[in-house]
Amino acid sequence: MEEAKNLSNSSQQEENNARRGFLKKLGLVVGAGAAMTAGAVYLGYDHEQKKNPDGKKVRVLTADGQLMEVSEAELIEAANQGTNEESELQRRGREGLPGKHWVMVIDLSKCRNARMCMAACQGAHHLRPEQHHINVLRMQDAENTEPYFMPKPCYHCDNPPCTKVCPVDATFKRQDGIVLIDNQRCIGCRFCIAACPYSARVFNWIEPLKSEEDKDIPYDVELNVPQRKGTISKCLFSADCLRKGELPYCTRACPNGVYYFGDLNEDTVTNGTTRETVRFSELIRKNGGYTVLEELGTKPQVYYLPPKNRLFPYQYEGKTTIDPEDSRVGGGRG
Amino acid sequence: MSVNKLSTEESYKSLDKIETDLLRPMTHHKGFELWILFLILIFIVGGYAYFIQLRDGLGVTAMRDYSSWGMYIGNFVFFVAASLIGMFISSVLGLLKIKWITPITRIAEMIALAFAMWAGIVIVIDMGRPDRLLNVFLHGRFQSPILWDVTVVSTYVAISLLLLLLPLIPDAAIIRRRLPNLPKWQMKIYDLLYLGWEARPEQYRIIKKAMRILAILIIPVALAIHTVTSWLFAATLRAGWDSAIFGPYFVSGAFVAGVAAVIIAMYFFRYNYKLSDYITDFHFNRMGQVLVLVSAIYIYFNLNEYFVPAYKMRTAEKLHLDEMFTGHWAILYWFTQIACLAIPSFLLIFKRMRRPFTMLWLSVLVLIGAWLKRFLIVVPVQQHPYLPIQNVPESFHHYIPTGIEITLTILPFAGVLLIITIIAKLFPVISVWEIAHEKGVDESIIK
Repeated sequence: MEEAKNLSNSSQQEENNARRGFLKKLGLVVGAGAAMTAGAVYLGYDHEQKKNPDGKKVRVLTADGQLMEVSEAELIEAANQGTNEESELQRRGREGLPGKHWVMVIDLSKCRNARMCMAACQGAHHLRPEQHHINVLRMQDAENTEPYFMPKPCYHCDNPPCTKVCPVDATFKRQDGIVLIDNQRCIGCRFCIAACPYSARVFNWIEPLKSEEDKDIPYDVELNVPQRKGTISKCLFSADCLRKGELPYCTRACPNGVYYFGDLNEDTVTNGTTRETVRFSELIRKNGGYTVLEELGTKPQVYYLPPKNRLFPYQYEGKTTIDPEDSRVGGGRG
Repeated sequence: MSVNKLSTEESYKSLDKIETDLLRPMTHHKGFELWILFLILIFIVGGYAYFIQLRDGLGVTAMRDYSSWGMYIGNFVFFVAASLIGMFISSVLGLLKIKWITPITRIAEMIALAFAMWAGIVIVIDMGRPDRLLNVFLHGRFQSPILWDVTVVSTYVAISLLLLLLPLIPDAAIIRRRLPNLPKWQMKIYDLLYLGWEARPEQYRIIKKAMRILAILIIPVALAIHTVTSWLFAATLRAGWDSAIFGPYFVSGAFVAGVAAVIIAMYFFRYNYKLSDYITDFHFNRMGQVLVLVSAIYIYFNLNEYFVPAYKMRTAEKLHLDEMFTGHWAILYWFTQIACLAIPSFLLIFKRMRRPFTMLWLSVLVLIGAWLKRFLIVVPVQQHPYLPIQNVPESFHHYIPTGIEITLTILPFAGVLLIITIIAKLFPVISVWEIAHEKGVDESIIK
């Protein structure tokens, strides 16, 4: 219509050329938009049609045990659909568990450096001995204070510096608070390692430990297995276990009752060793719970109970004092 | 500035001499093939090193979980820094109407373009999964400073390329007239580039206006590329990187590196291309003064960056600063700060030091220091995270670059030299028409 109006205005044709060109282009854009809308409407219609076909319906059991009825025409064979299984794992992995806000409490008075947590974690995630999703550190806060052991997982910060800097959304925070890695997306720039003030992240500098055995396993973003060369890995709060209603690997493996794990929304945490469930808020309040380097503003979701009334006094390689090289702790605590 | 207009006869004579002098290196370049062969050799060795890195992973470097950024990132910062010089010479000095820069603008722009282009490749060398480079565009998220860097660096490459190409238009016309016997493929480039240049007043008006617009546009973009690069560090919470002045600190350092690089290139072209009538002692003197100025600004930022935290010695900063001032990195640190920055810039205050030969060596020192400084900004900070480094192999505590890393750090330099060599072979390194214009040659005959 505008086109026609323009043409009629022949006396100013010269000046209108530019305008016409623009309007033509605009027309094209509008036209394309209209065509796309029509296409979308048609597709929607088509989809609706498919939803109510005259064809036969069959009953199927879903992976989580629910009985569903679907039309036969929509059935796709699940076998040999590795990519589909993977995309399903990706979808639910990125989404997380609705209504949850996972939180961990680590009781430093009970840790004796047994390192069962480290072993269980490395086994589950197919890590090399030097790759730690959880690392038991030897710490000393000040010159005259008593050294202690401090297991350090990823803190799954509520204001995570690592996910902010990721250029490709390969590390992200889910609705249930877990910070995950997608090693199929990761480009290996290691900006997240630079950004994490807690050194929680590890990199696959060389071929991962079990890359040969794992190569046919569909990638589970909640377990980060198979690990991939040239990509990041880190503690995932055992998101795969949580989906199955189990406590994380490290929490279950601890023989000394160091770990509590639970849901902040329910205000309960369960001890991985004793299976005792307690009020999170009460546990923290009564025991002087704190988070590490909270002044950085990262809002860690892993809380510590201070190492007082120790069950296991500090002893490492036969020494009850800490090697000064060991405990070079920096940070705002100083 | 008023230029004495030459008469028509004088104009032809003067233009002829300028053209002969400046175009001569395009056809007489001793050892050109040998030099290209040498660069290609570096490419072959570097290519093999990169093949090994791709095959075996970044584990072939000395980078590990704690020092997870190493020489490659330091090199990247250096390349971005060196590329800022194009903007500094042609835009900042150009817009201030400083006339003596005419014979060195193209040299500066060649350096800028070559370093900026290779900066992009250097960063790919550092990637764990270069095969997923496209993810940056497919899944890019704009809150990551990496995305900002990709955006501004590619914009800078584009503007730098235009800023190099535009003044080549009249020169391409001159080459077509003066050197018609060049190989066919080469002539095609000039046919494409000269865009029907006839030295008409209107053409002059358009080209000067376009160059001016680009010169203005490039300033914010150039500032952005190095500011954003500094934010890759400053945007983290690590002591030693967590600094509010990182932007201007990096930019001021970039000018030091760039000016030194241009002085080295000026020296090379002056003697190898026999251009001492054009790149004169006067130009070296001036560039020496510029180097003193930019170094002084950089020293000022260094004072702020190191001595303000050192006055307070907060725990995390102290660990880092102790290692720099008196610890593991002390020799490298003081060599960089004193031998490569303070001493050269102090010596250049004196006029008799501002001569081509002494300036060449002082600039080489400054440039080495500029590279080392980037290394010292990137690496040591990572070795003192807030929580101690424990239960990992000894190699995780240190960072000593491997042979493959060193090779892949040298490779991009060969790449930069190759780009500069090719541009300098295809075009005069000094803008013919602008020099002729400056000497008062009748504008209408410059075609």
